[in-house]
Amino acid sequence: MTNEALQELISSWIPDLEYTEEGSQFLNVHVPSERLHELMSQLKNNSETGFDYLFCLSGVDWGEALGVVYHLESTTHRHIIVVKVKTEDRENPILDTVSDIWKTAEFHEREVFDFFGIKFNNHPNLQRLFLTDEWEGFPLRKDYVDDINMIIK
Amino acid sequence: METPTVHSNFKSEEYFINMGPQHPATHGVLRLVLTIDGEIIKKVEPDLGYIHRSIEKMCERDSYQQIVHLTDRMDYLSANINNEAVCLGVENALQLEIPERVKVIRTIIGELTRISSHCLWWGVMGMDVGAITTYFYGFRDREMLNDIFEETCGARLTMNYNVPGGLMFDIHPNFVKRVKKFVAHFKTKIPEYDRLLTGNVIFQKRTKGVGVLSKEDAISFGASGPVARGSGYSCDVRKYHPYSALDKVTFNECLETEGDTFARYCVRIRELWESLSIVEQLIDNIPQGEHRVKTNAVIKLPKGEFYQKVETARGELGMYIISTGTKSPYRLKFRSPGFSNLSLLNHIAVGGKIGDLVATMATLDLVIPDIDR
Amino acid sequence: MNIVFGMTYILPWPLSIASEGTLSIVEMVVIALVYLGIFSVAGLFLVLMERRVAAWFQLRIGPNRVGFQGLLQTMADALKLVSKELTGTVKSDKFLYNLAPYFVIVTALMALAVIPFTKDFHAFDINIGIFFLIAVSSIGVIGVLLGGWSSNNKFALIGAMRSGVQTISYELSIGLSLLTMILITGTLQLSEIIEVQKNGWLIVQGHIPAIIAFMIYMIAGTAETNRAPFDMVEAESELGAGFHTEYSGMKFAYFFLAEFINMFIIAAIATTIFFGGWLSPFGITESIPWLGVFWFLLKTLVLVFLMMWFRWTFPRLRVDQLLTLEWKYLLPLNLMNIVLMALMVWGGLLIRF
Repeated sequence: MTNEALQELISSWIPDLEYTEEGSQFLNVHVPSERLHELMSQLKNNSETGFDYLFCLSGVDWGEALGVVYHLESTTHRHIIVVKVKTEDRENPILDTVSDIWKTAEFHEREVFDFFGIKFNNHPNLQRLFLTDEWEGFPLRKDYVDDINMIIK
Repeated sequence: METPTVHSNFKSEEYFINMGPQHPATHGVLRLVLTIDGEIIKKVEPDLGYIHRSIEKMCERDSYQQIVHLTDRMDYLSANINNEAVCLGVENALQLEIPERVKVIRTIIGELTRISSHCLWWGVMGMDVGAITTYFYGFRDREMLNDIFEETCGARLTMNYNVPGGLMFDIHPNFVKRVKKFVAHFKTKIPEYDRLLTGNVIFQKRTKGVGVLSKEDAISFGASGPVARGSGYSCDVRKYHPYSALDKVTFNECLETEGDTFARYCVRIRELWESLSIVEQLIDNIPQGEHRVKTNAVIKLPKGEFYQKVETARGELGMYIISTGTKSPYRLKFRSPGFSNLSLLNHIAVGGKIGDLVATMATLDLVIPDIDR
Repeated sequence: MNIVFGMTYILPWPLSIASEGTLSIVEMVVIALVYLGIFSVAGLFLVLMERRVAAWFQLRIGPNRVGFQGLLQTMADALKLVSKELTGTVKSDKFLYNLAPYFVIVTALMALAVIPFTKDFHAFDINIGIFFLIAVSSIGVIGVLLGGWSSNNKFALIGAMRSGVQTISYELSIGLSLLTMILITGTLQLSEIIEVQKNGWLIVQGHIPAIIAFMIYMIAGTAETNRAPFDMVEAESELGAGFHTEYSGMKFAYFFLAEFINMFIIAAIATTIFFGGWLSPFGITESIPWLGVFWFLLKTLVLVFLMMWFRWTFPRLRVDQLLTLEWKYLLPLNLMNIVLMALMVWGGLLIRF
């Protein structure tokens, strides 16, 4: 399915989402955090989209907002889509988990929680994965300061 | 009052055991917290981060040329393919025209890296199931490759041969001759591998029906590479998103349907043949030309987002760059194959014995720096 | 006690001055010392042999620098082990922890005493020779169990429990396969078993059932000594080092040495029972009795080499497969084999020259 067709299909489910290309070949969909889970399960379960392979889940610190970027691929249709979600709340960012849709998200979301502090609702085992439990702060955030271990050039 | 049965007197209790961070079967500093009932595994919980170096954070302050060097230290067994991922990503973002010669050489060295990685995996696989001799056989053939790499770029493991825009140096005059010699040599050695390990009854008993991963689970867990292909999930990035000179060669994607440890083993052994065939197709027609195109000393990527996939020896390595137009990426995420492959370990190891866990883990072919990044 | 041993000949002086009682005590001490010497030299040599054989299988050279062809290498290693600090876990059961290596090594030494090197070089020739060997060699597992239990380490405990399971199971096969051969000889005394073989080695006399018994014996013997492909007890890729994870220095060396001596003992029993012990093939050197040592060691070392060959070629079995092999295949086969042998002995179908 081409990017235009995908955009049309998704618009028919959830209208007025923002679509961008961001200089890449993939279609980027920006979804508000409260519609995230709904859109994701549609993308996975609809036979026309069939995005059953979540190959990359990255947390991003956008400065004023924290967000997660999902790269999805369909193993039957072989098309790719990028879904982006943001939350403005830097103190207590909460998003819905997608680990019930793609099992791989469980580990990836733990990684995001570890490094960005984004909490995921309904996640089965949301603990720090790489860092110790008593680690303060979230290292991959842009405002993280560590005078000893970080070398700033 | 109920009379206690014999069984309640001999109640089996679950207990924890720490496999790692120093353990021969975890191939690095991976710690698995196992919940065991006798010999039977009830739960496997990986504890990561013992060698996390925060490469992604370091990338945010480094230039793109420097990032290439960091990727060596992720999956050190397919270092060259990791380098290639960064270089391809940067080149595609800059829309650089890369000479054919560079593409072909990159592909050849990439496939040789894959063979070298699989050789090491095969040796370690044998060692994990108790056949120590395989280790030395694997290393004997790997040594020839390492010598070729050393002659080509001066390094044996962390090669740094690729730079954005091409290759750091041209190939050594002996390269073609030595690679041909290796191909001829290795063709006689893969059957030896089969005789020593693949056909062994004990080995087959240890691996068949162990750690079964269904195709649906493989996709859902984001498995890639030989792990996913052992479950019949066709996911070879070289086929679906060909890069460098891979669109010019013919090769088969190795698929098995059983999804057990033996299937994953067979996929890797067959991949050795396929990689050899790719090398054979290219080695005689390396085109003449430049080995590098000129780039700016400070590479600045245009504003935007770029994603580059490559197939390392372990599976799909993704590199996701968010650029704001400066000399360093705003955010760089590596989607490492080992991380996703590790996440399914608990799913396939539960219910097996300790020995099964070790065999299963060997065919997941985990490289810990790749997981910990 | 019947001590047939020529060492007393070299000590003529006490004959005149010492009483009968002192004499026999001196004799025993001397014999014990000689056997200790044999024990350690054999252990060191076998370790070296294993390393060279392993190297040969693995396209390497192996130790060849210390002494001629590395002959002193294991001596140097032993020196290193002696000088190493003895470490242990904090909450281990100290008494049992220290006792365990001795259990293992003493049983190995006891078993060595009944092995007939030649007709005369035979310290302890009792009429229940084989029975004694089987009984003594299975005490060693107590040491392994104690070591694993008292180390206060879960890996060691798993290893020890595996060892218990494995030894108890394979003990049956060893006993039954030797029993099959006893049907031919009609005696348990090792010297008499060899006498019987002057009419042809037992593996030839008993032909088909004897060969089956030999194969079962070698499989079970490899399992009994905890060597690959049955090294579940140590299984370095699963359990680190198994039951001796927490042992270091000389205590570890005891376990290590005992493993090699046990391998030697298993091969020596096989030589005695199946391959005519110190008898030369076709009686070619019958006129020179001391050459018996040569033939005995040659046959034993060939079998030891066979066991090393197993170790460096085969992958390890899983623990349930190990038990399946014993209880579902080897044991029924063994029982049928005994019946077959009994019928053959009864029907006079043995091959005797």
